Amino acid sequence: MELQFRIFRFDPEVDSAPRFQNYRVQADPWERILDCLNRIKWEQDGTLAYRMSCGHGVCGSDAMKINGRCGLACQKLVKDYEGAEVVLEPLPTFKVLRDLIVDLDPFFEKVKAIRPYLICSKAAPEKERLQGHEDNLKLNEVIRCILCACCTAACPVTSQNERYLGPAPLVWAFRYIFDTRDEKTSERLEQLDSPDGAWGCVNHFECTRVCPKEIPVTKSINTIKREIQKKIRGK
Amino acid sequence: MNFQHDVVIVGSGLAGLRAAVEVGARADVALLSKVYPTRSHSGAAQGGIAAALGNEEPDSWEWHMYDTVKGGDFLADQDAAEVLAKDAPRAVYELEHMGVPFNRTAQGTIAQRAFGGHTGEFGKQPVKRACHAADRTGRVILDTLYGEALRKGIKVYQEFHLLDLMTRDNRIAGVLAYELGTGEVHRLQCKAVLLATGGFGKVFQTTSNCFANTGDGVFLAYKAGIPLEDMEFVQFHPTGLHGLGVLLSEAARGEGGILRNGRGERFMERYAPTLKDLAPRDMVSRAIAREVQEGRGIDGRDFVHLDLTHLGKERLAEKLSDITSFVRIYLGVDASKDLIPVAPTCHYMMGGIPTNLDGQVLGATGEVFRGLYAAGECACVSVHGANRLGCNSLLDLVVFGRRAGKKIMDDLPHLQKTVVPEGAEKEARTRIEKVKSRTKGEKSSALRTELQKTMTAKCSVFRNRKDLSGAISTVRDLLERYERVCVDHKGSRYNTDLVEALELDSLLHLGETILVSALAREESRGAHSREDYPERDDQHWLKHTLVEKTDKGPRLFSKPVRITRFEPKPRVY
Repeated sequence: MELQFRIFRFDPEVDSAPRFQNYRVQADPWERILDCLNRIKWEQDGTLAYRMSCGHGVCGSDAMKINGRCGLACQKLVKDYEGAEVVLEPLPTFKVLRDLIVDLDPFFEKVKAIRPYLICSKAAPEKERLQGHEDNLKLNEVIRCILCACCTAACPVTSQNERYLGPAPLVWAFRYIFDTRDEKTSERLEQLDSPDGAWGCVNHFECTRVCPKEIPVTKSINTIKREIQKKIRGK
Repeated sequence: MNFQHDVVIVGSGLAGLRAAVEVGARADVALLSKVYPTRSHSGAAQGGIAAALGNEEPDSWEWHMYDTVKGGDFLADQDAAEVLAKDAPRAVYELEHMGVPFNRTAQGTIAQRAFGGHTGEFGKQPVKRACHAADRTGRVILDTLYGEALRKGIKVYQEFHLLDLMTRDNRIAGVLAYELGTGEVHRLQCKAVLLATGGFGKVFQTTSNCFANTGDGVFLAYKAGIPLEDMEFVQFHPTGLHGLGVLLSEAARGEGGILRNGRGERFMERYAPTLKDLAPRDMVSRAIAREVQEGRGIDGRDFVHLDLTHLGKERLAEKLSDITSFVRIYLGVDASKDLIPVAPTCHYMMGGIPTNLDGQVLGATGEVFRGLYAAGECACVSVHGANRLGCNSLLDLVVFGRRAGKKIMDDLPHLQKTVVPEGAEKEARTRIEKVKSRTKGEKSSALRTELQKTMTAKCSVFRNRKDLSGAISTVRDLLERYERVCVDHKGSRYNTDLVEALELDSLLHLGETILVSALAREESRGAHSREDYPERDDQHWLKHTLVEKTDKGPRLFSKPVRITRFEPKPRVY
C-alpha cells in the first residue's frame, strides 16, 4: 500500500525556519513506520535525519511525534495508518538539533539528578543480598523504562515548568525508592517532595498513554506521592 | 579538537561500561559511544546470565565449563572457558551488589532457569543456571552499570563515531572520532585504548542486531594489521520473529516453550533426544533449516512455530513479558493462545579481535599490541569456540570487561603517551571529504542491501563452496563499487547519511573476512556447517582461523586450540 508522509525538516545550519516535506512510500501493512523512514532516507532523500538503533522498541532511539502522539517509530505499524497522512515531528519540549533529532542532554541530566544507582553502605555479603520475591516484583514494571523520553515530551507540565523532573526520572526514582536494598529512601523522597519533583505531576496521564513499554507511569508517581505523605510529611 | 586522556574505551555496552567502572576514578578514562550509552545493544539481551550459583538445584563451575567447551564444539580455548565459568558466581554476586534487580526464589536468592546447552553432571540433564530479570536481563544490567558510571563521574563522549586507531611503531597513540552533532573530527590521545564495540550482525539481512552493530572497532583493528580470529563462526539464533528477525529469547524454551513443525510435531526430539528444545543454538537452527528444507515448515514455508500456549498468561506476564509484547505489537499474536512463527536470525559473532585472558590484543605472531585492548563481542578470547551458549555472552562482557579494566590499570604506569605526528587525522578527513564531495555515484544503502542479501542467502546456517565462492566475488565487486559511494547530505550536523557510508566500509571488509574464513574451513563445527564437508574433522581443523589484511587481499593462517581438561569427543545432546 502507499503511504503519504509529511515530515518536519529543519537544519539550523542553513534553514531560517522549520518546514514540512512530503514523501510517498510503498510499504506492506506489517512494516514499521521506521521501515518507511528508512525507505525514504535510503531510496529518496538521504538528507533526512533521525535516530534509530535496535528497531524493536528496546533501545529508545527513535522516539518522535507521530500524528500528534509521542511514540517509537519502530513500534508503529503501517496497517494502523491506512488512508491517513502520517505526520512526523520531533519530540516536543526539547530543542531540535536537526529534522527529527532533538537534544536529550537535559533529559539525561534529570535522570542523573535522581542518583540512578543503589546506595548501600553496608558491607556486601559474600553471596547475593536476599530480597523477597514479592519485593522484587514491585520493581517489575518500572524497570521496563528505556529512557526514550516519550513520556517527558508528552507531559503538559514539562513544557510549562522546565525545572520539573518529569515522568521518566520519577520512574527511575521509584525503582530505587522501592528497592529494599537501597538505604537512602528518605533522602530520595525528600528530594522529590517539591513542586519540581513528584508534586509537579497533576495527573494528566499523558505519560501513561504514550509509554511504549506500557509502564503505569502516573500510578507510579502517585505511589511516590503517597510514600512522601506517609514517610516524610507524616513524621 | 585534541582531547587527552589516560584511557579511552570505545563502546558503552556492558563490556565497555564494566571496564570503565573498573578503571573508574583511578585514572583519567573517557568512554566513547556512537549512541547515547543507554541505547547500546547489550540492552537488547533478554534471557539471562549464566553462573553456577546452585540456587535452584545442584550445579558446579566445572559443569558450566564443560557445557561451554562442548557447546563451542571443542574450539573454545579451555583456559578461557575455565576463567569464565569459575568467575561467573563472583561476577553475578557483584552485579547484584551493584543493584541489578534479579528475579528471586522463594528463599530470596537469585532465581535461575533452564537454558540451551546448560546441563548438570556433564550433560546428563538440563540444569537451571540462567540468572535473570524477566526477559530484560541485558537491559537492567546495562542500566545498572550506566548508573555506576554516573556515580563515578566517568567522562562520556556520546554520539561519537570511531574513525580510526592512531598507532605508531606497533603501539597505540589514541583514536580519531567523528562527532555526529557537529561533523568535527577529533583526536583523543591516550596511553591505552579498549575496543568494546560489539558485534556486526548488520553484515546480514535478517538479524536480531541493531543498526549500530557495524563492527567499526573490529574492522579498524583489522585495518591496523591485527589478524581477526574465527570469523566464520556466526551464530544464528533459532527463534527470530519470522520476517523481522527480532529476537525471541531462548528463555521462552527455558520456561517450557516448544518448537513445532508444519505437522505440529515437536521435531527437536529427533535431533537432540536428551535436551530437545534446549539443545545449543547451532543445533536448533540447523534442525529448523532441515525441517524447512524437507517441506515440514509451516504450510511448506520457511518458518516453524514456537508454542508458548501451555505456559499460561501469568507466567508469560511475569517471566516473558517483553517477548509477549513483541509478538503482539509486530504480528498481532497472543502468545497465550496463538503459535508464534519463528526462523533463524543472525545473532552473535563468535569471532573477532584476538586477545589473551586479560584483554590484550594479539598481533600476527601472537605478540601483544602495546596499549590496545578488546573485550566483549568484538573480541575473541576465545571463550565461545564455534558456538556460544545462551547466557554466556552477558557473562563474557562483565568477566572479561573487568579483567581488561584491571589489566589496563596494571599496565598504565608502564605505558607512555606516544607522540602523534601532526596531521594524523588527514587520512580520515580526506576519506570523509572524498565521500561528501562526490556528486555522482552509488548510495551506500544500495551496496549495503546487496551485501546483506548475499550474506544471508549464501553464508547462513548451511554453507557450501559454490555459494561461498560466488559470494566472495559479489563482495569484492561491492568493495570496488564502494570507491564510488556518494551521499545526498553535505552538511555537518547529524550527517547520518555520511556515517552510514563510513560504516559500510567496515561491513564490506568484515563480510569478506567471514566468507574467506568460511570457505577455507573444510569441515562442519558448531555454527559453521558445510554441506560439502558435513563432519567435524579434528585431525585437520581443530584450530583457530586467523585472517590478516594484506595488500593482496586477506591472508589466512591458524593457531592451535588450548585444550586443558576436556578432550574433544562427539557432540550429542
